[in-house]
Amino acid sequence: MSTETLLEVKDLRVHFPTGDGLVKAVDGLSFTVDRGDTFGIVGESGSGKSVTNLTALGLTDRNAANITGEVLFKGRDLLKLGKEDLRKIRGKEMAMIFQDPFSCLHPFYRVGDQIVEAILCHDKIPKKQAEQRTYDLLGAVGIPKPKERFRDFPHQYSGGMRQRAMIAMAMAHNPDLLIADEPTTALDVTVQAQILDLIERVKTEFDIGVILITHDLGVVSEVANKVMVMYAGRAVEMGTRDEVFGNPQHPYTWGLLESIPHVDHKGSKLVPIEGAPPSLIRTPNGCSFHPRCPHRFDPCDKDDPEIKDRGAGHPDACHLSAAEKTRVWAERQAPRTKAAS
Amino acid sequence: MTQYIVRRLLWSWVMLMLVAASVFAIFFILPGGSGKAGPGGHSSVAVMMAGKNPRPELVENIEQRLGLDQPVPVQFGRYIWRMVHGDLGYSYQSNQPVLEAILLRLPPTASLAIGASIIWLVLGVLIGIVSAIKRRSLFDRSSMVFALIFLSMPTFWLGLLAIFFFDGALDIYDVGSYVGITSDPVQWFKVMWLPWLVLALTDVAIYSRLVRSNLLEVQNEDYVRTARAKGLPEHSVIRHQLRSALTPVVTMYGLDLGILLGGAIITERIFNIPGIGAYAVHAVTSSNLPVILGTTVLAAFFVIVANLIVDIVYAFLDPRVVYK
Repeated sequence: MSTETLLEVKDLRVHFPTGDGLVKAVDGLSFTVDRGDTFGIVGESGSGKSVTNLTALGLTDRNAANITGEVLFKGRDLLKLGKEDLRKIRGKEMAMIFQDPFSCLHPFYRVGDQIVEAILCHDKIPKKQAEQRTYDLLGAVGIPKPKERFRDFPHQYSGGMRQRAMIAMAMAHNPDLLIADEPTTALDVTVQAQILDLIERVKTEFDIGVILITHDLGVVSEVANKVMVMYAGRAVEMGTRDEVFGNPQHPYTWGLLESIPHVDHKGSKLVPIEGAPPSLIRTPNGCSFHPRCPHRFDPCDKDDPEIKDRGAGHPDACHLSAAEKTRVWAERQAPRTKAAS
Repeated sequence: MTQYIVRRLLWSWVMLMLVAASVFAIFFILPGGSGKAGPGGHSSVAVMMAGKNPRPELVENIEQRLGLDQPVPVQFGRYIWRMVHGDLGYSYQSNQPVLEAILLRLPPTASLAIGASIIWLVLGVLIGIVSAIKRRSLFDRSSMVFALIFLSMPTFWLGLLAIFFFDGALDIYDVGSYVGITSDPVQWFKVMWLPWLVLALTDVAIYSRLVRSNLLEVQNEDYVRTARAKGLPEHSVIRHQLRSALTPVVTMYGLDLGILLGGAIITERIFNIPGIGAYAVHAVTSSNLPVILGTTVLAAFFVIVANLIVDIVYAFLDPRVVYK
């Protein structure tokens, strides 16, 4: 598999001026996604996960937001492209699927026609040919009897089938990058696994890169090979899956990990992260997580920690020293492991 | 579907009977109606028809002829029986069959209703779309102002104002006699364009606001985001939005047209259009029960049919709607 860089985001800032003040939805975010990656972006609601990707696709209203930084897609800065150029990339080279497959398909159009439309808006081919391609796509994503289901309306599909149809639509032009924004959140657990499998299969078969946005660390740990943890519009920790899950560095990541129920830890209590995410208008001074952090110390409310490698081998944004982090995380782990044994 | 339509049609007969019953009740309860409240215990209608100082036998004769000497339930039963057979009775005044008289007055009313409805539909939808796309623009704001103005003006005043302005000041319109479209299309148009406008303007305001707000609501739907995400050009994205936003407009249009076909009372009176509305008003002022009943039942019939058509059309517009 090649290691071609597909998407490179550099110091992206998306600020929305509102009547109450400047909402800093994304505030200085950098990351790269290579072909073959499943890049997991994790964070609470409002941490800027979705805005980042909608901005990359050019779906954020540019008049309503101040957008700075660079979003390099195969070397081209998407933020500098005009509307029409962006449209030609959307769906063709970069596709997106969304959280709620119930509302993402137009209820009045046949599922097949919606996919045909997606094909025809980038490829000038005869309609018959586009229909044939749609049958193939529907079949490829595991929809039985694609010729019959082509003529169905979205309400005749189950939730899982709708998400499959969305994936078929997204793959219509064999894009290089698939952005999946909470693709399994609205689905049953069993269907979730099927859809994740499908995304993985599609990734390998089509040799593409996938960005998987989710608030579910369990999902990320299953399929992502790289993970970025976001908090209040910024990345607080980033690395390979093994780095982030095996040697987590940021107290926020710890909090997320502790709040996942685990079969092995039966009997131990889930630990919620105290407090609520900060307002994106008045983010706290210093580290934006410090008001909720049990390990805060002197510089946390003054110095804003930048995200860099602090000795653990992968970057994080916490003032604690690497040694200190190892100690604290081991301490926090201890009662859970004990309860399990 | 067929079963559904048949059931709805059967129910519509019940509706029509209820409408007729209410008109009967009102007519016989109200003073000056057909109730035996007139001089000498006679029906005031019969007294009125008999002329000045009539002999009692004449009044009784008239009562007998019109069936007014029978108890009200019997009269009602006879009426319904005839209605089911397509007979709406005879006018007290002209002895003309009511159905025939109404059908004669249907073309002017239909001309008025259909013409006006096309204007308000086209203008309303167009203005609504532009307002939604160019939200908060000068066009959007000024169309809002005009919408409020026309919405607030009562038709009788707007109509008189229009006549004063176009017939008097500008002299480009003549309040004249109605001519059927078949006999002289040009004259028909000359007579009709101003009433169309007057009748349509209020609805242009309502429809443009409706289309605008529907479109704005739909703009935030997930499937519109999907349409953009798959790279559809903007005009196709707008088509996706319109498909959802205009569906409720179809419902409203059907009902409004149905109501108008029952007669636009004020507009017909102001512009001297010999339609069903004008006929009904005349019938009310002269206590002409069969005509009042006929026009009311017919108006109800149009509304019921419009409702049914709208519901059937809706099943085709929205695939999620299924009738059993």
